[in-house]
Amino acid sequence: MEIIFEHVTHAYDPNSPTVNLGLDDVSFKIQDKKFTAIVGQTGSGKSTLVRHINALLKPTSGTITVGDRVITPETNNKNLKPLRKQVGMVFQFPESQLFEETVEKDIMFGPMNFGASEEDARAAAHKMIKMVGLDESHLSQSPFDLSGGQMRRVAIAGVLASDPETIILDEPTAGLDPVGRQEIMDLFKNLQEQGKTIILITHNMDDVANYADEMAVIHRGKLIAEGLPQEVFNNQELLQDDLLTLPKSAAFAKELSRKGFHFDRLPITINELGTEIKEQLNGD
Amino acid sequence: MDKIILGRYLPGDSIIYQLDPRGKFLLTFYFVGIVFLANNVVSYAFLLAFVLFAVYLSKINFGFFIKGLKPVFWLILFTVALQLLFTPSSHPLWHWGIFTFSKEGLVIAGYIFIRFVLIIFISTLLTLTTTPIEISDSIESILKPLKKINFPVTQVALMLSIALRFVPLLVDETTKIMDAQRARGVDFGEGGLIKRIKSFVPILIPLFVSSFSIAYDLAIAMESRGYKDGEGRSKYRVLSWDKRDNIMLFFMALVTVILLFLRSY
Repeated sequence: MEIIFEHVTHAYDPNSPTVNLGLDDVSFKIQDKKFTAIVGQTGSGKSTLVRHINALLKPTSGTITVGDRVITPETNNKNLKPLRKQVGMVFQFPESQLFEETVEKDIMFGPMNFGASEEDARAAAHKMIKMVGLDESHLSQSPFDLSGGQMRRVAIAGVLASDPETIILDEPTAGLDPVGRQEIMDLFKNLQEQGKTIILITHNMDDVANYADEMAVIHRGKLIAEGLPQEVFNNQELLQDDLLTLPKSAAFAKELSRKGFHFDRLPITINELGTEIKEQLNGD
Repeated sequence: MDKIILGRYLPGDSIIYQLDPRGKFLLTFYFVGIVFLANNVVSYAFLLAFVLFAVYLSKINFGFFIKGLKPVFWLILFTVALQLLFTPSSHPLWHWGIFTFSKEGLVIAGYIFIRFVLIIFISTLLTLTTTPIEISDSIESILKPLKKINFPVTQVALMLSIALRFVPLLVDETTKIMDAQRARGVDFGEGGLIKRIKSFVPILIPLFVSSFSIAYDLAIAMESRGYKDGEGRSKYRVLSWDKRDNIMLFFMALVTVILLFLRSY
């Protein structure tokens, strides 16, 4: 399911004296079944952008096409459930959305809203709890008795349980420990390999380098670059203007190039970096 | 959210902004009191002119004051309509069953309408030009005499400023939780009454949980910064009463005198 933004502009508070453009004429395409990362400084419009995909926000002008559904400024709030079933959204600190008495009921909440039968929803809950790396024994617990990291996983399971085709992740690993981070990111990469479209908002450039197929850079509501991570991280203009920081491997490669190494293109993952160093050392 | 103007602060720097918030706060209440002194066309016209002058001094777009009327529009309409239709009169212009429409009713309805506009304009002026924290500081300062009867003024003031500080935070949190539940398929404001009330459970529970955890974290953070109880602390935000505020007091006294004069005129 392709997602196409066409000249999307979004203004907050259009009638107040403090108008501020969340998005300014953004046009781009999120490819089907790819892992797309959206990066940009705090307040650049990343969250505003993705909230348009399931019509939590509507554009002030322009259109968004999600599969066969078109969202325009005139789209009304009726009949959005099919769209929201297709597009799952994991918000920042999603653990704050838990409310049911048991973990099981909380995970079942989404599927039940989208019309699944109770048995199907329960089956989904049992499947998802394992998928996010928790034990089935947690299902009968209250979500408020869990640790922060476990709550996060339950909340993610609750979004995945309705089996969305597109999954939007707004900094899903913020505040998690390094191991938890890796596990959660691997889970999403796995889901993508099973045919889901993943859209990830992040400040972590290493995650972009390691997991993303495509990336987009947003600055002050405008889309300033998009393409393969290898290309975007080699865009000298962006780096010079401090609009983008490098993944650790690329930053290290840059330091190495001052000591006589030569890279045609900055390697962005640790594997690429390793291969390059090996080749150059053997070559000398 | 962005439709309600009453109770919102607009940043600005006109003379009304620079007045001492205590004075503004007390005089707003005082003004609401003296509005009821007006009893004829001249006195109402005078008060209206005074309020419009204050609005002009604030240099705030007049549209905001009109917007401030919106939430109470139906109340105004209802009261005015009652006055129009139920004022007893010896010379009714129009009479049908229990309804009477007369010149007196028309005049009283007009007065009531102006009274509403005056009170709403002046209180909108207060909230638009005074930050919530200034209002809570003024309340603390005004309540100070109550210390004599062991009323916990400093604690109440702290409570007020924390509460005000958390209003925007909780509004953000509510929007976020609503969005998250919408993304999981909840429809707010759809279906019957029971269904609508039920759809608020997924917002209210997370909101209570996060309020308590915020309160707990804040209490610990305050204690670790050396807070014990409200007593014996100094004040960082100091209110200063200067010449302008005296002029404001004098102005208000003048208005009262003129009003008393116009009333018997």
